[in-house]
Amino acid sequence: MNVLERVRVARREGDLASLLAAVPFMSAMGMRMTPRGDEVVGELPFAPPWIGNYTIEALHGGTLGALLESTAIVQLLWARDREVLPRLVNITLQYLRTGRAVDTFARAEILKEGRRVAVVRAEAWQEDPARPVASAQMHFLLR
Amino acid sequence: MSDRDRVLARINEGFATKVPYNAWLGLEAIDFGPGRAVFRLPARPDHVGDPERGVPHGGAITAAMDATAGAAVFLALETPLRIATLDLRLDYLRAAPAGCDLFFSASCIRVATQVAFTRGVAHAGDETDPFVSSVGTFMVFRGQASPLMGVGGEES
Repeated sequence: MNVLERVRVARREGDLASLLAAVPFMSAMGMRMTPRGDEVVGELPFAPPWIGNYTIEALHGGTLGALLESTAIVQLLWARDREVLPRLVNITLQYLRTGRAVDTFARAEILKEGRRVAVVRAEAWQEDPARPVASAQMHFLLR
Repeated sequence: MSDRDRVLARINEGFATKVPYNAWLGLEAIDFGPGRAVFRLPARPDHVGDPERGVPHGGAITAAMDATAGAAVFLALETPLRIATLDLRLDYLRAAPAGCDLFFSASCIRVATQVAFTRGVAHAGDETDPFVSSVGTFMVFRGQASPLMGVGGEES
């Protein structure tokens, strides 16, 4: 079963676990993606390898980027059946606060979806969704 | 071991070995200069984002670019200060190649009083033929000596 077939099964069954299991990087990082209606909530459970600065016990910015991009792609896949996997054209990341050594969550909003390109904005937070630790805006090619 | 090798070993200790996520990714510093760093991201099964094409996940590429650009800023500073990524952009000039080591090269083009600016590329061995072009902005915390880089904007 390829990734897009897994997505179709996941959308029918309302469970994204088999999709994540098929993507080595996301499963190696222990990411979780939980559907909540039309939205997907991404989660990066804290683990010691995600640290970027051990003196202040801060998450590596790359782990936040990985969670934001992953959540955006899964949100695009969750929104509708697709012929091809969305391909990243560019990503602009803003680091807003120090990511602490706790679990991190993310959500993504499709700002615009055309025939060829989607614009997606994603935010990551820890305890308080109103205090994001990082955000990203991305363009994806859809065909 | 030459002086240059010793400096490279110190950079590797500071930026690769002692930074848990860089170590997890297998990042290795392979070249440096004033305000310039080059890292290698090894091809590993755990990095794959698209299992059908075998290409690495963008998250691994973003992380490697963040680390390389941060190291370039660090190597541009006269004294070791704490720095943190404020903003990082990656443009995919074409798809990332599958199944080969990737190279990340970044330069710090300006260190201002409180912020520093970087440019960088990612390539598969030929720096003149990159698949990613990147720009970054970093906070420089004057008065906060630190051997390492962090992430996140100003505390608030």
